[in-house]
Amino acid sequence: MPGKLKAKIVAGRHLPVMDRASDLTDAFVEVKFGNTTFKTDVCPKSLNPQWNSEWFKFEVDDEDLQDEPLQVTVLDHDTYSANDAIGKVYIDIDPLLCNEAASVISGWFPIYDTIHGIRGEINVLVKVELFNDLNRFRQSSCGVKFFCTTSIPRCYRAAMVHGFVEELVVNEDPEYQWIDRIRTPRASNEARQRLISLMSGELQRKIGLKVLEMGGNAVVGYLQCFDLEGESGLVVRAIGTACTLDKLSSGSAPNTATHTHPNTAPASNACNSPSKDGKEPVFGEDLLSSSGPPTPFRALPTSSSSPPPLSPSKPCSRQSSSSDTDLSLTPKTGMGSGGSAGKEAGPLKTLLRQQTQTALEQREFPFFTLTSFPPGFLVHVGGVVSARSVKLLDRIHNPDEPETRDAWWEEIRQEIKSHAKALGCHAVVGYSESTSICEEVCILSASGTAAILNPRYMREGCLDIGIVDHRFEDPSPPSCGFCHIPYDELNMPFPTQLTYCYHCRRQKVPDVLFTTIDLPPEAAVTGKGCLIQARLCRLKKKAQGEVNATAISNLLPFMEYELHTQLMNKLKLRSMNALFGLRIQISIGENMLLGLASATGVYLTALPAPGGIQIAGKTPGDLSNEHHILTIQKRINDTIAKNKEIYQINPPKLFALDPEVFCGTNMELTEEVVGSPIPEPRQRSRLFRSHSESSDEVSELDLSHGKKDAFVLEIDDTDAVEDIHSLLTDATIPTGFNSCNTEIMPGIYNWTSAVQMFTSVRVFRLSNANLTNQGLNKIFTDLCENLLKSFYFKLRSMIPCCLCHLNFTVAVPEEELIQVAVTAVAMTYDKDQTQEKPAEKPITKGCIETEEQLQFPMELCADSSSTNTQLSSKISGVQETTNVSSRDRCSTWLELLRLKAHTIRRGSVKTISSLERSSPVPDGRSRSLRSTRGFGGSSVTVVKMTPLSFLPGTRIIKYLGIINMFFIRETTSLREEGGVSGFLHSFIAEVFAMVRAHVAALGGNAVVSYSMKECVFMENPNKNQAQCLINVSGDAVICVRETDQEPVPSNIGQTCTSETDGAT
Amino acid sequence: MAMELDVFVGNTTIMDEEVYQLWLDGYTVSDAVKVRMEGGVMEECEASADVLLSDTMDQYRTFQMCERLLYSPAKLANQLLFQIPPHRQAILIERYYAFDDAFVREVLGKKLSKGTKKDLDDISAKTNVTLKSCRRQFDNFKRVFKVVEELKGPLVENIRQHFLLSDKLARDYAAIVFFANNRFETGKRKLQYLTFQDFAFCAGQLINNWTVGAVGEQIPTDHQRSFRFYMDVDLDKEFLQELKELKILITDKDLLDQHKSLVCTALRGKTKAFNEMEANFKNLSRGLVNIAAKLTNTKDVRDFFIDLVEKFIEPCRSDRWTAADMKLYLTHYTNSAHILDTFKHQVVWDRYMGVIKSCIFKMFHD
Repeated sequence: MPGKLKAKIVAGRHLPVMDRASDLTDAFVEVKFGNTTFKTDVCPKSLNPQWNSEWFKFEVDDEDLQDEPLQVTVLDHDTYSANDAIGKVYIDIDPLLCNEAASVISGWFPIYDTIHGIRGEINVLVKVELFNDLNRFRQSSCGVKFFCTTSIPRCYRAAMVHGFVEELVVNEDPEYQWIDRIRTPRASNEARQRLISLMSGELQRKIGLKVLEMGGNAVVGYLQCFDLEGESGLVVRAIGTACTLDKLSSGSAPNTATHTHPNTAPASNACNSPSKDGKEPVFGEDLLSSSGPPTPFRALPTSSSSPPPLSPSKPCSRQSSSSDTDLSLTPKTGMGSGGSAGKEAGPLKTLLRQQTQTALEQREFPFFTLTSFPPGFLVHVGGVVSARSVKLLDRIHNPDEPETRDAWWEEIRQEIKSHAKALGCHAVVGYSESTSICEEVCILSASGTAAILNPRYMREGCLDIGIVDHRFEDPSPPSCGFCHIPYDELNMPFPTQLTYCYHCRRQKVPDVLFTTIDLPPEAAVTGKGCLIQARLCRLKKKAQGEVNATAISNLLPFMEYELHTQLMNKLKLRSMNALFGLRIQISIGENMLLGLASATGVYLTALPAPGGIQIAGKTPGDLSNEHHILTIQKRINDTIAKNKEIYQINPPKLFALDPEVFCGTNMELTEEVVGSPIPEPRQRSRLFRSHSESSDEVSELDLSHGKKDAFVLEIDDTDAVEDIHSLLTDATIPTGFNSCNTEIMPGIYNWTSAVQMFTSVRVFRLSNANLTNQGLNKIFTDLCENLLKSFYFKLRSMIPCCLCHLNFTVAVPEEELIQVAVTAVAMTYDKDQTQEKPAEKPITKGCIETEEQLQFPMELCADSSSTNTQLSSKISGVQETTNVSSRDRCSTWLELLRLKAHTIRRGSVKTISSLERSSPVPDGRSRSLRSTRGFGGSSVTVVKMTPLSFLPGTRIIKYLGIINMFFIRETTSLREEGGVSGFLHSFIAEVFAMVRAHVAALGGNAVVSYSMKECVFMENPNKNQAQCLINVSGDAVICVRETDQEPVPSNIGQTCTSETDGAT
Repeated sequence: MAMELDVFVGNTTIMDEEVYQLWLDGYTVSDAVKVRMEGGVMEECEASADVLLSDTMDQYRTFQMCERLLYSPAKLANQLLFQIPPHRQAILIERYYAFDDAFVREVLGKKLSKGTKKDLDDISAKTNVTLKSCRRQFDNFKRVFKVVEELKGPLVENIRQHFLLSDKLARDYAAIVFFANNRFETGKRKLQYLTFQDFAFCAGQLINNWTVGAVGEQIPTDHQRSFRFYMDVDLDKEFLQELKELKILITDKDLLDQHKSLVCTALRGKTKAFNEMEANFKNLSRGLVNIAAKLTNTKDVRDFFIDLVEKFIEPCRSDRWTAADMKLYLTHYTNSAHILDTFKHQVVWDRYMGVIKSCIFKMFHD
């Protein structure tokens, strides 16, 4: 069915001089959609032409509307020779296809040329008239909303969360087609830009179809990526979480008390939902059929040498390997059916678990790309699960059959799923996928956090249940519930030490918790959080094909292990006990592998205080050595003490211990928590504890906790010394700064409105050809540390401020080059009130917001707090064994690693919680609205950008659509453009400008969840050439100041003339 | 750590005012880093020299990219490439167009041509302003000159609107344009003691009183083809013609004597320098009136300031007049002319002497 696309070219300004003789330009415009082209008249001899064209009308299929961008080309008319192109504007009209998004696109767009950059601006007006299409077999999916935001967008409520959607499309890369040898670089770049634009349009449409099929109306946490596979082609893939979202009417926004009854909307929705047809089972559906089929718990693989179950036997994928983020040290044999193991303790719970699990298993992949959740959604968190696979790329022979790539991802996802299952969890949240490609070798990675979810969100009509399924209600308070272990303590999937929750005292918690999600806003946290990074370089011999792939897959587990060790050490050094937003990136280069793990460390009040780090020498008798060790030990202890101060970690003294459990052990526990991080080294003997102990009886475990928890580092060779040194050389954050890579900075609750988003890219050339691993590590660490230092310096005027969502991306673009790209946002906060997060607030706030702002049904709050004590004991008994991160690769290397480092505990997590999650930032920030001083008098709309899902001090009132842009820039006059830095600097500035212009044209004034997905930079200084590809995405929004009802005046006509007065 | 590539781009363009000034002053990156280090930024936020270097390079690049926008400041407000808050835009523009008095003193009244530009290295050496900064300032003068040269309407207002400058800076530019256009001689040794601000003040007086625009008359439409006439970049030719009539004050002996006695009567007993005033009256009067009479010649217009110094200020100074004496004398000298019944050119006389008076006050340094 057709839609009518209308475009009008209004005017141009600041055009470049195209005619040297007259210093003027005779410009006209071609407007192209699909195969139809219209032209405006030539506007002779003007750099600021006024075309005021008629409306150009395109009658097209809505399928095309979704796939194709509107292409506006500005040209210089030349009577005698060919017309010269000035530049182009691609306008994605997708936002116009959804009635809740933008209704018109109108504004000034930068005219972009891939060789010259931005060359003037053009004013364009675009509208779409869409006719409703009732065709069941349609190929379009107009109206499905897309969000990059990885939480339920503000101003919507989630009626239902359907689950994982994924799609990928492949094509030949125009850059590698034969024709590229004869066409100009410009033509080649434009072909590529256009193709990718088409492909992402198609991808979005296909995902939309899947969502419609599932009965949803939106995709949240939409993550689209490009794989530039070179010769073998171009892959565009995307994942997301299908949801049914209901728009909150603007009247019901925060402060209004009107609370629509939860029953109405979802109920009607459920009736209309096509998923009734059973096309795609929504998990949780059969929860009530009490005799769920026996849960097929897959026995954990005992050795990872077995190929992944779905490994295709195609030659190209022969090298397939996977490894875990969270390497478990215990051989997993005998851990078989975790589910049934704890049955005796609580049959009901087990039954429920099985049911849920079954429900979830009906999904192919119970994955969620969300990182923060509606209240009550997240029940348990099991820990990080990840999988990697090394593949050899082969030419994609048939673009219409992207089976190979599909199969690869399928395989990885299966593995993730099985890891989660091994952890006793039925779902994976905070899920993401990525690739790293070098020549023909490709690493596919996926990671997420195993979790147990409240299935009500996945059931139809889930929110209007009067008959609340109380069996699932967990008695744990939301501030600590998610920390409680989900697995069976008698049969733990990995070695960890359990204690009773330091917050509620009722359930067991692990000693360390690693996750990929955001910190739940209601979590009880002590002190502040901070960015923790593990960095690693590993040299690798240059090789080709399979040999290369084998070498890489052999290196991977070691790298992951070391990254993990580093993370753990740094966590302990900061006296923290949990990581959120963990993201581990491994990049391949020709002769090295780079690993970078970033996360935000926090001290969860519910978890035990981390033990310190103890140094042990290999020859205890050696006096000089002993002295050395003492010195290091002292430095470490000092650092820990200092860090405690910096991050204000003063865990509360032990409070009322549960007498039944803790009788007789009180003394030890108190000492342990409050006491010094490290017992005297002399008294301590090195710990070689077998982890089987962790399944000991509870009280005993607690007893021994104090002794066990110190983390022992053995100095047995120079490498170890280096490691410890590098541990200690991490620069401290200057006063006034904080950093994190998550949405919320634990410990800061009163944001003010100043926001500075930035992107920084550095490339370091390794000069020394004979580098060692250690040397490389040092360089890489310095590179990252210096970047951070640079940020602190540049942003010093914003103090006190926090760098949020610090997102590092590493790459090895060429043999001797290391590239690090960072996007983050600096936000100011009010210093005076950083500390207190009023004790009652987390919970009450959750409720309030639930009720008033997000309109989540009240029952959730009520339910979660109405603790069912009876169940609690059972639940704790039934926790299933879960294998946090998955399966081991091979016991041999594990053994090997085990010898090297002695006591490493896995961060794994399990969580029970009814999360209320709405705005990651509590209302404290509304207090200081400094935004007034903003950009008073520009005639250009001010567009704020942030990688976060919100802007402090503002309220998002409308989502205008997704921004997903791909640009290529090339130069053949690198020196003239200021060298590589000058070239990239202006390109990034241009990309920002184009994003801002598109958002402004949609009527927006901000981009949230902004990210730079790709920044591929190639140079050839000898030829004076460079090329760069950048892909960015985000959600265009309109936001208003929190206190206002009216939109922030986005376009203030006043020019700055008046302000210049007296400015001398 | 030497980076192959190192960039930092903020959504809101980050600019450090101190670095901007260093850039404007023509410091190289490494010199700027040195200055900043000495300034103590490093201690302020625990930065290292590397950090400082990287920051300085980033900022320099940003400024270079902004520079072409600053050529026509109005563009800065509606360009899309850099998101700069308006108050920062104003600072950027104002600072970019600011100049060193020492430098401008050297080029004031010179033709803003390629020839002068070639001499900039000498000027740079002489004034201690870096060559780069000299070039920027010179190009700014030239750019402003070119734009307003052909525009109708009040000069200061034109400059302010086209370059979004503050009133003060716009007036200074008006002076520079006015001097360049009329090619007033300012470089002679006798004029060295005068500062740019002295000249700028005089230029203001001339623009406000001696140009066509100054009269505030609406120019009849038939004159429009020769629009240069009703702009205030040029002196009012008709007025210059009329100034010749003033010659009667020195050519007519009776008038001269009468004028002298009137002035002397008024001055007697009021100043210590009375005797010198009386003795020199005729000379001084001849000097001032001759200047007026010769202004129709472009050459003599150029020498206007030097003539003022030679014919009036120097003789007075050698007679040790004080500024107060000067004021007293010129006031009475001007007013007494009104009492002369045979002197008919009161209006021209006032228009002439008004400017002369204030210029001389400004130029007479104690």
